[in-house]
Amino acid sequence: MENLESLAALARAAINDAQDVSALDDVRVQFLGKKGSITDLLKGLGKLSAEERPAAGAEINKVKQALQQAIGEKKSALETAAIAEKLAAEQIDITLPGRGQNVGGLHPVTRTIERIASFFEAIGFETVEGPEIEDDYHNFEALNIPAHHPARAMHDTFYINEHTVLRTHTSPVQVRVMESTEPPLKVICPGRVYRCDSDLTHTPMFHQVEGLLISEESSFADLKGIVEEFLRVFFEKELAVRFRPSYFPFTEPSAEVDIQCVNCGGEGCRVCSQTGWLEVMGCGMVHPSVFEYSNIDTEKYTGFAFGMGVERLAMLRYGVNDLRLFYDNDLRFLEQFK
Amino acid sequence: MKLSEQWLREWVNPNINTDELVEQLTMAGLEVDGTEPVAGEFTGVVVGEILSIEQHPDADKLRVCQVAGGDEVVQVVCGAPNARAGIKIPFATVGAKLPTEDGKGFKIKKAKLRGVESHGMLCSQVELAMGEDSDGIWELAADAPTGQDIREYLQLNDTIIEVDLTPNRADCLSVAGIARDTGVLNKLAVTEVEVAAVAASIEDTFPVAVSAKADCPRYVGRVIRNVDVSKPSPLWMQEKLRRAGLRSIDAVVDVTNYVLLELGQPLHAFDLNLLNGGINVRLAEQGEKITLLDGQELALRDDTLVIADQQQAVALAGIMGGAATAVSSNTKDIFLESAFFAPVKIAGRARSYGLHTDSSHRFERGVDYQLQAKACERATQLLLDIVGGEAGPIVELSSEADLPKAAELNLRANRIERVLGLTMERAEVKDILTRLGMAVTDTEQGWKVVAPSWRFDMAIEADLLEELARIYGYNRLPVTKIHAELSLRAKPEAQTELQLMRRQLVANGYQEAITYSFIDPKMHELVCPNDAAVALSNPISADMSVMRTSLWPGLLAAMQHNLNRQQSRVRLFEAGLSFIPDGSELPKQEQMLAGAITGRRHPESWLENGETVDFYDLKGDLEGILSLCDPSGSFEFVRGECDGLHPGQTAEIRRNGENVGYIGAIHPQLQKKLGISQAVYLFQVNVAAISRGEVPAFTELSKYPEVRRDLAVIIDREIEAGAVQKAVKAAAGSDLTNLRLFDIYEGKGIDTKRKSLALGLTFQHSSRTLNEDEVNVCVDQVIKALETQFAATLRN
Repeated sequence: MENLESLAALARAAINDAQDVSALDDVRVQFLGKKGSITDLLKGLGKLSAEERPAAGAEINKVKQALQQAIGEKKSALETAAIAEKLAAEQIDITLPGRGQNVGGLHPVTRTIERIASFFEAIGFETVEGPEIEDDYHNFEALNIPAHHPARAMHDTFYINEHTVLRTHTSPVQVRVMESTEPPLKVICPGRVYRCDSDLTHTPMFHQVEGLLISEESSFADLKGIVEEFLRVFFEKELAVRFRPSYFPFTEPSAEVDIQCVNCGGEGCRVCSQTGWLEVMGCGMVHPSVFEYSNIDTEKYTGFAFGMGVERLAMLRYGVNDLRLFYDNDLRFLEQFK
Repeated sequence: MKLSEQWLREWVNPNINTDELVEQLTMAGLEVDGTEPVAGEFTGVVVGEILSIEQHPDADKLRVCQVAGGDEVVQVVCGAPNARAGIKIPFATVGAKLPTEDGKGFKIKKAKLRGVESHGMLCSQVELAMGEDSDGIWELAADAPTGQDIREYLQLNDTIIEVDLTPNRADCLSVAGIARDTGVLNKLAVTEVEVAAVAASIEDTFPVAVSAKADCPRYVGRVIRNVDVSKPSPLWMQEKLRRAGLRSIDAVVDVTNYVLLELGQPLHAFDLNLLNGGINVRLAEQGEKITLLDGQELALRDDTLVIADQQQAVALAGIMGGAATAVSSNTKDIFLESAFFAPVKIAGRARSYGLHTDSSHRFERGVDYQLQAKACERATQLLLDIVGGEAGPIVELSSEADLPKAAELNLRANRIERVLGLTMERAEVKDILTRLGMAVTDTEQGWKVVAPSWRFDMAIEADLLEELARIYGYNRLPVTKIHAELSLRAKPEAQTELQLMRRQLVANGYQEAITYSFIDPKMHELVCPNDAAVALSNPISADMSVMRTSLWPGLLAAMQHNLNRQQSRVRLFEAGLSFIPDGSELPKQEQMLAGAITGRRHPESWLENGETVDFYDLKGDLEGILSLCDPSGSFEFVRGECDGLHPGQTAEIRRNGENVGYIGAIHPQLQKKLGISQAVYLFQVNVAAISRGEVPAFTELSKYPEVRRDLAVIIDREIEAGAVQKAVKAAAGSDLTNLRLFDIYEGKGIDTKRKSLALGLTFQHSSRTLNEDEVNVCVDQVIKALETQFAATLRN
């Protein structure tokens, strides 16, 4: 049996030294194969006496099993190492950029309109659009701005002919809604508007979002509530909001809405002309004459309207300092709004 | 409107500082645009007197003055042409600090000018930051007390307040008006200027007739004789005018301007001796000529109201006087006019002649119709004080029927709550309205309110509601948290919103542009030569004068802009209206979606070999949009022609036979004219025409295997793949579930006039396995159809 122990020792050493799966298999064949040396020992059991045979057989089988296990373990260790090596060889540079298009971006005006619209749509307003070349009636008259009204001078209108204009605000869309829809109604009207004015702070085309709510119970208090909430949501900030009396021919009472300057927090800076306040919206209760033009019962219904300049809000929100950039369509500008 | 705070405080003087006053006015709807000190920051300037003057020995333009006013008489070198002995001037003594732009101030030191010592400086208005006049040193009134600090003498510790009034508040276009509101806000009485009727000391009158009564319901006039126009208006008046932004002209003009600012009534003074026969207020004759005070000659329209004498129009009523009858240094007698012109008859007239004056600004917004006689008396009083003379009796022509009526309004208590959301005490309502000058009487439902003559903006109940809110304070009005009934609108699922199309393009690397709706007519002509376009009658500039009929000109201009700025890869899109005149009153205005690409297919990258975009890149992006809207294959690309596009690389996009847009390569000639050196591809589709699709409808999944057969057919090169695919689909029968064109080959091994198309046909039956023979029959049908229709041969 000394032979068994030295064989076992030899086999263990060989298993240990095996460098790959095929070398390991050679070791298995050498010791445990049909003609392997351990197998030979088992075959030689016949030469032993019947008394000695069971003990010797058990001894050899024990060694055989131990070797089988050792081979199994070594095999899985070799396989794991092989996989690891293969994986290591397959490593790539994951910092290299990926394949395909760069994503583009929406124009900041569109982005701003979408943010505004999503607020109002969430509280039940419907977004409606209308023509940009408008007739005088819808742009002015039905909004209580008769010919020669001084407010027309404030509008710097582009004319196509005597009766046709580029709309100076999106309010005519509201008129069209009132003409075609029975109250109650809640709409916002985003879009391009045009005024014959071009300098550092004016472009001849710009965007407005105007809103209109008509119901049997809307009041100035509701208007204040919606406007204040909108401004907080839009700027994602608790900010002071104030309402100042103002004048629009289509609302009465009318108000301008100021917010605490988002640049300086109300301390006074260049953006707010040192006043601490920024004018951001106009609003008011719909003028009864406007209702009358559209055949809406002024006793049954009240309503309010509000309007804001999209570029103005976008400039404040994103810190843009030059209005004209919006219409240069320079990629270096546009790509900042992804 | 600009006014001096001190002047306002002469009328009403609330116990609040300037900032608080400004805030109060702004919050009451009289928005203060800004404030500025009436003079720059300076010290050490006194009233000086030039006692004597002599020529500088070494400088032609300099003179040496002996000046009193400081601690002792000193010598000052001065270059002003108007320096002369005896005049009073602002004198900056040694040690004085004069204002500078940067606010640091400029210190006056003893100096030597060409060898002559100078102890101080004689100042112009500009040097004190008090006005525009830099022609010479500022000549003060002869009675100015020599030695008095100039800030004290001119009352310079005052602020100019600039109020930006809304058009409805013309009643505040005067010190009196702003004082009225200030009084209401502070619950203070207003000290009105006392205007006593000036008794006539002569009997002279000048004949007045009003032909256009409706336009001029009231005309007040008065003759004043023997005025001495050489007398300047007093300093206090000049200073008040200056602080309101008006220059002193002469005493007569100054007085009319002063009363305009003080009471809000525009006045006009004629040289009586230049008027012929009598005044008539009438409409102009068409083409009638007048030369205005400012020298410009106008040909009038017959809708224009004029003041005429028996020979000619002598003033544009309510706008500007005429040159022929203007007061001058030779004037001895004047005729003073104080009229009420109906706002609706005046509105727009000034603007239509390109004019805008302090007078027209007020008349077209409205002037208190009860003010004319009072303003005339006030002006007379001031004139007699300043330029002397004798006044005749006031002549007044009024047409009561044409004058405005005091508005009588009903205010209902429940309406206050309904509209303002506020329950206001009855006493408070009455108090506010009464303070505003309204006559208030109780009624069953609320109040009857009669507005004062200056509140011509009061026409309906809502106007009173605004007044209540304004005086109560908009910010004090209640705020209701958002509450709404949930009435949800169904969103049509088959409709693809523009928002989604935009998102899809953005994901494909497009940047959204917004270009002007009005474009350069040259650009329009280049890109869309066959489209009639709508032109603006008053464009802001020639290159923004026609409304676009296509979004391409704008996108191409934006592309040029970027290509000129070292960008070589540009992918832009825009959504917006195009404007197509179609004979109806408003042109056809349809929402279009357009895109333009140029440059590399992908951003420069280690993965890419720098291939540039071609037609199929853009087509793929557009197909993405179209299948987003309707994946059922209702869109068809048909060879087409379109202005601006390459005739061989243009497809018309059709849906149910109708055109919905175009896609193609830019026409090489257009590209050359635009100076673009790389290929550009463009598409434009009509959003409404593509956005509606179908709600998906489920079809059973087949459990049976599909069979694929690939065919390679050789056909003439001119034959379009689309036609082949159409023929395959028609011939293959209903078991064909998919057809792919997976290769096109031209070249070696194939006739040069032919090409090979490789087609992959997938067959599947919904309820059984197709056998070999069945598929073979279908494929044979396809081959036969291609042979007969396109003379196709199978490629081996």
